[in-house]
Amino acid sequence: MRHEDIIISGFGGQGALFAGQLLAYAGLADGLHVSWIPSYGPEMRGGTANCTVIVSEEEIGAPIIRHPSAAIALNLPSMDKYEPLVKPGGVLVVNTTLVPRASERTDIRVVALPASDIATELGNVRMANLVALGALLKATGIVNVEAVMAQLELHLSERQRKWLEPNKAALLKGAEFVQ
Amino acid sequence: MAKELLKGNEAFAEAAIRYGLEAYFGYPITPQSEALEHLARRMLEENRVFIQAESELGAINMVYGAACCGVRTMTSTSGPGFSLMEEGLSYIAGSDVPAVVVNMQRGGPGLGNIQPSQSDYFLMVKSAGHGDFHPIVLAPASVQEIIDMMGLAFDLAEKYRTLVLIAGDGSLGQMMESAELPPMQPFPYPRPEWAVSGAVGREPHIITSLDLSPEGLERMNLNLQAKLAEIQKHEIRWKEYETEDAEVLLVAYGTTGRICLSVMREARKQGLKVGLFRPQTLWPFPSARLNELAGQVRVMLAAEMNAGQMVEDVRLAVAGKVPVHFYGRLGGIVPLADEILAEVKKL
Amino acid sequence: MSAIPETMELVFQYPESLTKKNTHYCPGCTHGVIHRLVAEVLDELGVRGQTIGVAPVGCSVLAYYYFNMDFVEAPHGRAPAMATGIKRVNPDKIVFTYQGDGDLAAIGTNEIIHAAHRGELITTIFVNNAIYGMTGGQMAPTTLPGQKTTSSPFGRDPRIAGMPVHISEIMAAIPGVVYATRQSALDLPGINKTRKAIKRAFMAQQQGLGFSIVEVLSTCPTNWNLDPWAAMQWAKENMIPQFPLGDTRVSDEVAALKV
Repeated sequence: MRHEDIIISGFGGQGALFAGQLLAYAGLADGLHVSWIPSYGPEMRGGTANCTVIVSEEEIGAPIIRHPSAAIALNLPSMDKYEPLVKPGGVLVVNTTLVPRASERTDIRVVALPASDIATELGNVRMANLVALGALLKATGIVNVEAVMAQLELHLSERQRKWLEPNKAALLKGAEFVQ
Repeated sequence: MAKELLKGNEAFAEAAIRYGLEAYFGYPITPQSEALEHLARRMLEENRVFIQAESELGAINMVYGAACCGVRTMTSTSGPGFSLMEEGLSYIAGSDVPAVVVNMQRGGPGLGNIQPSQSDYFLMVKSAGHGDFHPIVLAPASVQEIIDMMGLAFDLAEKYRTLVLIAGDGSLGQMMESAELPPMQPFPYPRPEWAVSGAVGREPHIITSLDLSPEGLERMNLNLQAKLAEIQKHEIRWKEYETEDAEVLLVAYGTTGRICLSVMREARKQGLKVGLFRPQTLWPFPSARLNELAGQVRVMLAAEMNAGQMVEDVRLAVAGKVPVHFYGRLGGIVPLADEILAEVKKL
Repeated sequence: MSAIPETMELVFQYPESLTKKNTHYCPGCTHGVIHRLVAEVLDELGVRGQTIGVAPVGCSVLAYYYFNMDFVEAPHGRAPAMATGIKRVNPDKIVFTYQGDGDLAAIGTNEIIHAAHRGELITTIFVNNAIYGMTGGQMAPTTLPGQKTTSSPFGRDPRIAGMPVHISEIMAAIPGVVYATRQSALDLPGINKTRKAIKRAFMAQQQGLGFSIVEVLSTCPTNWNLDPWAAMQWAKENMIPQFPLGDTRVSDEVAALKV
């Protein structure tokens, strides 16, 4: 059964919530049940921000979970928090640009990539979220990269429109990183 | 209509519009403000009434005024605002007018915080204002269910000329889920005969909750109670999951109810015979069915995001037939499925 | 009503906007007079059947028995909020609140000030008699300095209770208000002026000009412990100096109304 419990976490402004929404939109377009729930409150204003996305073939129960089957850590606090929680056999995507240490887990698949550096090369450091998301998609196979790119077309705000192609490139770069 | 990814707060707001909401009055409060913001834009686009009131007191009394005119009207709030609204809620109940209030509960008491909670159960179910009455209290567990319950709330409010509350919580308001909105319903709904509308060619209509004579007020109360008895007879709603062979029955509503769905699935995987009973109406409470189930299960566990409120109704319902245990988290902490599963294993 | 013989002329009758119920008001209370003035104005404007009234909590809580029109009864102080809800879903109706000084100037200040600020197209009749009547003569926000009440037994002490609240002056500062005036029901000239003010206020609503409020200085013989005549005199000598009569805000459009 297709089912992933995913947590995406980073500093406020790194786009963790938006990356999660794109994933949820893509899951929905694929005919799956999806839920997206953000941390909310003062964290939105500069602290860490995270969201939980569940993509499943069955009706979703708990929208908030302790042990994700896949996680993205865009910064060190997120790494410290979620690295120990990923389910054995799960996936952890680490933004090594901002996480200056290797994972100690041997029972999960760790994808370590310099997402912020890659994003900077593509023109905007703020696209690190999609670089990491591309890697997560490839590593989990929950939905494919093209499905997320299609949602990007639909949901990128008017203001951010000029970043559409670079964002697609970011997703692909992240996915390419995973062999 | 196709399924969309919808945020709880925006979903119930848009659903309300499609189910014929004619006038919304509200005051911003986290974690439901997205509903007010959505309506601020959409109600004006639809050429309907939206007012950001000076307080929740103002908002509920504007709702009361519009309700006296028989239109589909509502407000939405969270705990601190709900406390303020109780005055108006009591008058609405006392004068038999239909109105809908959504309460996206947050941690209390006092200012508390803005995280999800179910600690207003007593407030909504047992004491939504002074005097002797119960509102109908609906408890949605998903974005789809809060959409569907919006329509149900208006229908029930009108059918019984009563107050209907929707007991959500912060996480339901903040989460996005795949859900389907209803098509736009014909608008406006016709206004009922009893409303105030100007006394032309008929005796004046007077809408009041006042009766200075004890005999008169007792009569009024008995009529109200008779109506509530009708509601109890016809409007109890719940959902059961794998209760047929259950030895342990989880009882939980709203967000906690769906968390218990995960608990149940995991327990079943581990070979434990666990079922789930999820009340969809908190008042009237599905007591009779719970009492029946008490005859077939070994033990019940009520889980809530509070210190134990609904569990009292569960215990009343089962009348001592089986032990009823309780697990709750406080302060805006959403219990995790594995915590509850650990409790199940202790039973 | 039986036909009037040709030789006679009808000079006085019940306004259609009043019912024929006997009121519960105390002897000498001016609520009856003010009810009648409102009723006469609504008759004259021909809007009885288009009018929805909002009763307060206080002595006039039962106003709906005496007005012959659709009426609702508000929680204490919330009449302007209820009236807002009613008017917004019935923009073509005439909506008014009838409130006393405790209802409007104490517990309901939030509601009246914000309804006025929004420029709600409603009319408020505000009866000020400087005391809580229904609950038995306690101090009101408009009680005069030194005035004895059951909750200011030594006289209102401004150091403890502050000075009286001046609603008409507060209303004068609010942009949404097109007409605010203070009148009295203490003698015939006052009553005639009050009637004219009430008519102007309802006409302002009819024309969609904005929020209008008429404050009417009134008496409470029962709780002032005075006979009705002495109460009128007491009010003239003590209340009018504290609460000067006259318009506090009249927009140009309202001034241009032919009353």
